[in-house]
Amino acid sequence: MLSQRTIETSVGLFLLAAMLALAILAFKVSGLTSFFQPEGYNVTAQFDDIGQLKVRGPVKIGGVLIGEVSQITLDPTTYRAIVTMRINSKVTDIPSDSSASILTAGLLGDNYIAITPMYSDHYLTNGSVIQETHSAMILEKLIGQFLFKIGNMGNEQQENHS
Amino acid sequence: MMEQVTALGQNGLHTIRQFGKAGALLFRVMCYVPNFRKGFPLVLQQIYAEGVLSLLIILVSGLFIGMVVALQGYHTLAKFGASAELGPLVALSVARELGPVVTALLFAGRACSALTAEIGLMKATDQLASMEMMAVDPLRRVISPRLWAGFISMPLLTLIFNAVAIYGAYLVGVKWLGLDTGAFWSNMQSSVDFHADILNGIYKSIIFGLVITWIALHQGQDAVPTSAGIASATTRTVVHSSLAILGLDFVLTAMMIGGW
Repeated sequence: MLSQRTIETSVGLFLLAAMLALAILAFKVSGLTSFFQPEGYNVTAQFDDIGQLKVRGPVKIGGVLIGEVSQITLDPTTYRAIVTMRINSKVTDIPSDSSASILTAGLLGDNYIAITPMYSDHYLTNGSVIQETHSAMILEKLIGQFLFKIGNMGNEQQENHS
Repeated sequence: MMEQVTALGQNGLHTIRQFGKAGALLFRVMCYVPNFRKGFPLVLQQIYAEGVLSLLIILVSGLFIGMVVALQGYHTLAKFGASAELGPLVALSVARELGPVVTALLFAGRACSALTAEIGLMKATDQLASMEMMAVDPLRRVISPRLWAGFISMPLLTLIFNAVAIYGAYLVGVKWLGLDTGAFWSNMQSSVDFHADILNGIYKSIIFGLVITWIALHQGQDAVPTSAGIASATTRTVVHSSLAILGLDFVLTAMMIGGW
């Protein structure tokens, strides 16, 4: 039989190992970092359609991650989606006339916001609004438009023949 | 004919009595006033015996299960060109299902069978009865620390299993098969939710820990006090607790997915 002291030490180490595992699962695996938000500032933009964009979705410039989507709400009068983005405070000089567009990573990937910088001397700060936005491409809508056009083409050809 | 009906009825009554005894055991352990000063060292000793000594098998099997899931998942996902989704696949399957269930099955085999054998032998050699003679309540001295230790050890072992399995998947996916480190972790972080995936897995493991230790203690206390009786009680512990784990897993998963 081991001494009580050894048992207590090994049980303590066991508990510590489990706590470490919980910390790994929380922060490394599930990305539960909202308690320690990195320094940043908020920028909003209005979109007609945000597609599959989710809170915590990435915000990128030129493919480089610079922030994340922190909130998505609906404007009650214009029925447009208001997306609040939290931009990393290291990225300070984004021109204020830049445009934001919602793109898809790969054919079936998640949506993300891509900011295309323009040439203004004024920079985006906390609370700025990005004026120029491009909505998400919805595959079903595109197919719908395409089919509609094909249908019209058929009709036109028939009319031309007759 | 009449004898068969009698035997059937006797069997049914016996099963119901077993349930009653098990329920009474759990009720008495749960509802007595704990004595922290005396009980705490006993619980620590049992956590050492059930939890710390099970660490090696949990670590090794966690590592290999993570590695195997990553290897299998990679070859299936690569067919669809989605091998970057390996991280979420492994993390979700381990945190939601494999972690709690495999840990509980290993725990049933490694720790609970030993509990049954120990208590069965104590009963067979009249140690429990002699404790009662000395005015020591065997429930407090023997049964209750073991139940609490199982209840505490299972979630801790599951946490360690999950972390090790995900690390094993990282070894295979990133170090061996050459996936991108950043994509592996960031895809995992974006699709694993702390409450819905990781905490629900831990809740499952807490319930499994309670149920399988309870089964083991009941079987030990109810064992026929002969060597054959202890052997069959140990077998029943492993069989019943494995069945209980798999059955409960389905029920709990259904409850959790149903937004309970």
